[in-house]
Amino acid sequence: MDLVHLQRQLVDYRTSLYHEGFLDEQFTQLQSLQDENNPDFVVEVVSLFFEDSERLLNELSKALEQQIIDFKRMDAQVHQLKGSSSSIGAHRVQKLCIVFRNYCEAQNVEGCLKCLQQVKHEYGIIKTKLESMFQLEQQILNAGGSIPV
Amino acid sequence: MSGNGASSSSLNMISGEDVVNNNFSALVVDDSPLLRLLHDIHLKKYGLKVQVAENGKVAVDLFHLGASFDLVLMDKEMPVMNGVEATKELRAMGVTSMIVGVTSKDGPGEQQAFMEAGLDYCFEKPLTPEIISFLLEELNKHHNKD
Repeated sequence: MDLVHLQRQLVDYRTSLYHEGFLDEQFTQLQSLQDENNPDFVVEVVSLFFEDSERLLNELSKALEQQIIDFKRMDAQVHQLKGSSSSIGAHRVQKLCIVFRNYCEAQNVEGCLKCLQQVKHEYGIIKTKLESMFQLEQQILNAGGSIPV
Repeated sequence: MSGNGASSSSLNMISGEDVVNNNFSALVVDDSPLLRLLHDIHLKKYGLKVQVAENGKVAVDLFHLGASFDLVLMDKEMPVMNGVEATKELRAMGVTSMIVGVTSKDGPGEQQAFMEAGLDYCFEKPLTPEIISFLLEELNKHHNKD
């Protein structure tokens, strides 16, 4: 695939992520902070988001398997996940965390279980999409091109 | 957004010169490595010298050891010592740095309790370029008064 084609594919892909509500303007803010002094900033921040999210989702799964569920601790963990997803513009994950927190507050086990599955699902999707986007960017750079804004 | 007279009309972009030519220092206090990195890079882009701390106790200990910062970005919910406790302790120590609380999109009651601990301003995280420009403008005003 030629360079122009790759660049067009990236722009279209990125646009679709915003259009379909996977990303919001916070991701644009993140990109604006990347420059020659911090050339890998977006990948670094997104990698931290992946690490954070996977750890928190594992902890939430374990918490919901317990005989006695610590809803307060779970709420704190969902709060953290909401914060990090909001910081990178992972809009759908963030929105689900708000619902999840309401179920934690209400100590609704069924609601929490359902939300956890939904968050895991949305997280899986955004992780795949961001990784695909970064791969496209790398292909463009390897072909000697620049990443279109 | 809460603060001493902070309003959207005062959130004006400062000049490029003000952004680069400042000697302001900042401490980012947040238990999230992601938020620490985000705010660290963001503030550095505006020319500030930045240090980070992973909770309120680390921040308070830094001040006890004689460190000083023009600006402290204080997360609210942190383990060991949260933002409310840390802010109260810093003010009790006589710290006059600008302390800016950063909270999640939760109720106004959350921001009010945090403000009463001794904050100068409180914003939702993450901070936007407009808010950082506003804070730099306020730091410049205080600096010029001294």
